[in-house]
Amino acid sequence: MNVAPFVGTRRLGRVHVPTVTLAHGGGGKAMKDLIDDVFIEAFGPASFAPPEDQARIGLGALAAHGDRLAFTTDSFVVDPLFFPGGDIGKLAVCGTVNDLAVGGALPLYLACAIIVEEGVPIDLLRRVARSMATTSRQAGVAIVTGDTKVVQKGACDKLFVTTTGIGVIRAGVDLGVDRARPGDAVLVNGLLGDHGAAILCARGDMALESPIESDCAPLHGLIADLLTAAPNVRFVRDATRGGVATVLNEIADASRVAIDIDEGQTPIREQVKAFCEILGLDPLYLANEGKIVVIASAEEAEAALAAMRAHPLGSAAAIVGKVTAGEAGRVTMRTVFGGRRIVDMLVGEQLPRIC
Amino acid sequence: MRYLDEFRDRAKAAVLIKEIESLIAGIDIAKQRPIQIMEVCGGHTHSIFRYGIEGMLPKAIELVHGPGCPVCVLPIGRVDDCVAIAARADVIFATFGDAMRVPGSKKSLLQAKADGADIRMVYSPMDALALARKNPGREVVFFAIGFETTMPSTALTILQAESDGIANFSVFCNHITIVPTIKAILDSPDLHLDGFLGPGHVSMVIGTAPYRFIAEFYRRPMVVAGFEPLDILQSIWMVLKQIKEGRAVVENQYARIVPDAGNAPALQAVTRVYELREFFEWRGLGSIDHSGVRLRDAYGHFDAERKFTIPNVKIADPKSCQCGEVLKGVIKPWQCKVFGAPCTPAMPLGALMVSSEGACAAYYQYGGVRTQVEVA
Repeated sequence: MNVAPFVGTRRLGRVHVPTVTLAHGGGGKAMKDLIDDVFIEAFGPASFAPPEDQARIGLGALAAHGDRLAFTTDSFVVDPLFFPGGDIGKLAVCGTVNDLAVGGALPLYLACAIIVEEGVPIDLLRRVARSMATTSRQAGVAIVTGDTKVVQKGACDKLFVTTTGIGVIRAGVDLGVDRARPGDAVLVNGLLGDHGAAILCARGDMALESPIESDCAPLHGLIADLLTAAPNVRFVRDATRGGVATVLNEIADASRVAIDIDEGQTPIREQVKAFCEILGLDPLYLANEGKIVVIASAEEAEAALAAMRAHPLGSAAAIVGKVTAGEAGRVTMRTVFGGRRIVDMLVGEQLPRIC
Repeated sequence: MRYLDEFRDRAKAAVLIKEIESLIAGIDIAKQRPIQIMEVCGGHTHSIFRYGIEGMLPKAIELVHGPGCPVCVLPIGRVDDCVAIAARADVIFATFGDAMRVPGSKKSLLQAKADGADIRMVYSPMDALALARKNPGREVVFFAIGFETTMPSTALTILQAESDGIANFSVFCNHITIVPTIKAILDSPDLHLDGFLGPGHVSMVIGTAPYRFIAEFYRRPMVVAGFEPLDILQSIWMVLKQIKEGRAVVENQYARIVPDAGNAPALQAVTRVYELREFFEWRGLGSIDHSGVRLRDAYGHFDAERKFTIPNVKIADPKSCQCGEVLKGVIKPWQCKVFGAPCTPAMPLGALMVSSEGACAAYYQYGGVRTQVEVA
C-alpha cells in the first residue's frame, strides 16, 4: 500500500499517472497531488506548511543581515533540460542566487514558478524538483513559495522555470557598474565558456563528443570571501548570456572608461578553445553560469585574486586586464599574436536557449 | 593546442614584421602610396581582425578585404526566393546558420522561421539528406551556398541521394566560383590592387593553376595563404618580396593543406553534378559572367529551381550602399556613407555587414583599432 506522509494534520497527495496532464494544472485534486508528491516531497514540508498563497518573512530577521533588500527574477528555458554539470533545476537556483550575490547580497529566499507542457513524465519533473531542492540546500537558501501551470502540447517546450529571489545587502557594501576607474584591475574567477560549450555539445547537433561540463554553481560564498578580503571592490557581475565580452562592454559603457584585456591571461580550458576553433565561436561570448567579472582597485587587486583563488570555485581566478582612460565605452584585447582588436557587444544571438 | 599555437607565435610574428618592414623600405612605389593587397577570402578577413594583424603591419601596407564571403555576396532576390520556398507547407528548408540572418527585401530566413516556416539549421548537406530520410512525406530543400570549398559536399550529397533513390530531397543551388570574380575585380577601371592573398580552402579543391592568369596576364603576385596569423604574415611577406623583385607568379604558402593539383575526386564530383551558369548576380558587384553553377539536367530532379516555381525577381542593392567600392578597395569600410548608421550588423543594408567574414561587419565588430582611432 502506498502510504503518504502527513504534513501537520494533512496527508500528502500522490500522483498515480506517469505523465503530466492538463488536469494537473486545473486547480483541483490532481494539482494538489502533483504539488504534494513532486514539490513538497522534494523541498520538504516545512517550507510550505501551512499552505498559504504567499510566503511570510519577518522583517526583523531580514534586517539582521543588512540594511537593503536585493530582489531579482530570472526565467530558465535551457535546452536540453539535463546536461553535463547540471540541469534546469540547478540552473534556476544558481542563476537567481548569483544575481543576488553579485550585488553583494546574502541570498535568503526563492520563489519558483514552473510552466509544464502536458505529456512531460512526472519522473522528469521530480528529478528537476529534487535538483532544485539539493542545490538550494547547498546554497543555504529556502524555496518558500511557488506556482505550477500546465499548458497544452506545443505551447511550451517541456518545462520552463522562473525563480525569484530575495537577499539582504550588508551595510557598507556598495557595488556599481558605473564605479570602474582608470587603473582598476579586471578579474575573473576561473575558466571561461564552459557552460555555453557544454550546452552546445549536449544538444548533439554537432556530433561532437566532449568532456566539457557546465560550470553552473552558486557563487555567494566566493563573493562573500572576496568582499571580506577586498572590501572596496567596485563591481561584480556574473558573465552569463553574452559572456565576459558583454559584461566588459556594460562596465566600459556605464563607467565611461575603456577596458583592455590580455588574451594570454584569459583562462580558457583547452577543450573549450578547441571546441571554439572547430565551430568558429569566440569563447569571450560563450555563456558562463559560475563565473564573475570583478573590478577592483589596483591596491586591492592582489587581495581579491588571492581570496578567489582560496575558494574552490575560484582556483583558476586571474587578473585578465585593466581599466584605462582610453575612449569611453571601448573594450580592446591584446591578442596572443601581439595584435590588438576591439571586443564589441554580441550582435544577435550566438546560441538560443542557453539558460 | 598543438598544430595551432605554433602558428600564433608572437616572437615569430615580430621577426616577420621586421622582415616585412625592411622589404617595404626597398619598394619604391610604397613611398608614393600604400601597397594594396587583397585577401580574397572571408576566412582571411576574419583572422586578420581576430588577431589584430592590420594594426601590426607598417602603414605603407593596406589590406583590402575581398568578396570571398559567400553569405555576404548573396543577392537580395535569392534570399526572397529562399523565403518563398521555405513558406510552402510541404517544405522543410535546411540551411547553414550564418545564412539565416541575411536580409531579403521583406524578411530574412530568421524572420520567416519566426513567422512559422519550417526552417532547420544544419551543419552539412548530409544533415539535410538525413532530414529527408526521416520525413518522407515532406520535401526537404537544402540551401546550397559557398564557393568551391562547399561545392563538393553538396555534389556528393546529391550523388548519395541519387544512389539511395531519395525523391523528397532537392537543392537550391547558389554555389559560386571565385575565379571569374577575381577577373571582374581586376578588370575594373578604378583598381589599384598590387597583389593577392589567394583563398586557402577553395584552392584545396581547385589547386593553384586556375590563378595563373592573375600573374601572367594581369602581372599581379598571388600567394595562396593559410588562415592562421603567421600564415597570413608570411603570405604578405611573400607578396611583397615578389613586388620588390619585380616578379608576378602564383605561390603556395599553404602547401601543408593545398596540393598544387587540387583534389581530384572532389573536382570529379563537381564536374559531374554542376554546369556553369551564363551569369550570376552578386550582391555589391552586380552580374558576373560564368560566376555561378547550377545542377546539370541529369540531376534536374534534385534542383529546387526546377521543382518549384520560384519568384526569381532581381532586386537592386540599396542605392546608398557602397559595398562594390569597398570590395574593390576603392574606399575603406568606414568611408561608406551608411557604415555604422544606418548599416550595422544587427540591421545590415549592404552585403559586407551581414556575416562576420564581411569586411564591414569585421570592422564594426573587431575594429581596425589603429584605423578607427585615426579616423576619430
